[in-house]
Amino acid sequence: MFADLVAGTRRLWAGLPLGARVSLVVLAILYALALAAPAVAPYLPSQQLDIVALKDQAPSWAHPFGTDRFSRDLLTRVLYGARVSLSVATLAVLMSAMVGTAYGLVAVTAGGVVDSVMMRLLDAMLAIPRVLLLIALLALWNPVPLPALVAVLGLTGWFDVSRLVRAEALSLRERDFVVAARSLGTGTVRLMLRHLLPNVLVPVIVFTTLGVANIIALEAGLSFIGVGVHEPVPSWGTLFFDGTEAFVGTWWAALFPGMAIITTVLCFNILGDALRRVLDPRHFRSA
Amino acid sequence: MTGPLLSIENLRTYFYTDAGVARAVDGVSLQVSQGETVGLVGESGCGKTVTALSILRLIASPGRIEPDSRIVFEGKDLLQLGPEEIRRVRGNRIAMIFQEPMTALNPVFTVGDQVAEVARVHDGATRREAWKRAVEMLDRVGIPSADERARDYPHQMSGGMRQRVVIAMALMMRPALVIADEPTTALDVTIQAQILELLRDLQRTFGMSLLLITHDMGVVAETASRVVVMYGGEVVEQAPVDRIFASPHHPYTEGLLAAMPRLGSARDRLLTIPGTVPPPTEWPSGCRFRDRCSYAWERATEHPALSEIAPGHVSRCHLAQEPQRRLQPHEPLAAGRGAP
Repeated sequence: MFADLVAGTRRLWAGLPLGARVSLVVLAILYALALAAPAVAPYLPSQQLDIVALKDQAPSWAHPFGTDRFSRDLLTRVLYGARVSLSVATLAVLMSAMVGTAYGLVAVTAGGVVDSVMMRLLDAMLAIPRVLLLIALLALWNPVPLPALVAVLGLTGWFDVSRLVRAEALSLRERDFVVAARSLGTGTVRLMLRHLLPNVLVPVIVFTTLGVANIIALEAGLSFIGVGVHEPVPSWGTLFFDGTEAFVGTWWAALFPGMAIITTVLCFNILGDALRRVLDPRHFRSA
Repeated sequence: MTGPLLSIENLRTYFYTDAGVARAVDGVSLQVSQGETVGLVGESGCGKTVTALSILRLIASPGRIEPDSRIVFEGKDLLQLGPEEIRRVRGNRIAMIFQEPMTALNPVFTVGDQVAEVARVHDGATRREAWKRAVEMLDRVGIPSADERARDYPHQMSGGMRQRVVIAMALMMRPALVIADEPTTALDVTIQAQILELLRDLQRTFGMSLLLITHDMGVVAETASRVVVMYGGEVVEQAPVDRIFASPHHPYTEGLLAAMPRLGSARDRLLTIPGTVPPPTEWPSGCRFRDRCSYAWERATEHPALSEIAPGHVSRCHLAQEPQRRLQPHEPLAAGRGAP
């Protein structure tokens, strides 16, 4: 099993185009830096170094990303911001992926009326514009604790996965090996967990990768309009928002958080696209 | 136990589609005795596979087995069983072998794991014990160094090897009846013979009954002791295998036999039955074979009943009543239409 995993990972890496490999490495570094922020950040995120002498400093060796108008070190704040942005996005997407996969598989397995009702419910939820719903919800619930933000983002983002999983599972259900498993007396639950679930994972993995990019952008947007993560916990969106307030004088305060957002979103998108191509079952089978 | 192992009585499986009611299986009755091999033959679209899937109750909506059908197996009507009871029959007492070994296995698990799963489902065997039995079974179906190959994924195996795996899965629980749906159609000719030999050998060892679905009369000749010919969702002829080959009665059976390629025969073109099987939503009224039949006369508008030709030999053809018509063959209607 372990050897399979190693061999599989090696084959996957070999199949990835250069851009995707670079993205993967960049993302790995970003996640590592986020995890290690307390160790690598030169200061504390809310530490006001010298409100008179060190406010609005342009990037320098001492402060590579400059300082903000409260004399806080921006490199430190971007590093700590990575913790918030990356963990919120990753956890929210994982939650969406799990809820969506479960919902889709249950709908297909139950079939018939249950499936129809579940899908109409899904249509109804899809009809609500997500961003407006989020703004309304978060405006009422302000300030929102981080776990709640994760839950709100996660629970409003699984509709598409669910559709994807359902479509995939419906076609799987007609496939010979699923019919064969049923003909051998495999029960409903085992059928779902062993024969459907592992075979829908590829699209879910692709969705998750692309989804992280979406949520980072979304979370930044929400923070930007003031309903997302709040001070003193910085997220990239909040930092970017703060920076834009004085963009003309202190361009660095918006540039670096913005770069962090763009880099992460871009890397996840490149990686997601590459995975979609590499993990395509048709491609996979011939491997 | 007295009586046949499996007795299908008036099985009707209809599909309620937008294009109308497809009467895929329309009043089929057949028996399989203990240890017997029955060949179920006919072209694609005659209802063979739907009959097989009906036995295991694997017909999905919009398909439905009509209420007055009966499938009696080991004394119980399978159509009356609850979902859990029928699940315990599947793979345990009746198992099925599918046509396409390339797709009948789950791509994400090793073959050993998949064979072992059957024991885990039915016997609640532990992982270790199920694996041990799976390796034994894989060895039994002729997979060399089974303990190593059991760790292979399906895509690492050839078609013939995969079909052996599928057979191992079907035979894991020593079922009383194995339904093999075109088990050799997707394989190379040389492999076909090996797989048929394997099935015969396993049948002798385990004493199971075999319902062999095929369109290949050659396969039937080699394996079956009795033949049931299906056309248009109905049984059109049924006889012991030597009688089918020596004196077929139904014109459709004659056509199937004539369409068999024979080594060393003088003719250089393969004979075919003119026309194709009509879609199951629009079986012709009366005799369903009439458009493709070279004997059909006015009486074809009547639906023929099964008549006994000889002991154990029945045919659904008006020729049973008016045998002299066989002397007046003509071009079938379908031939005139320039059908393929």
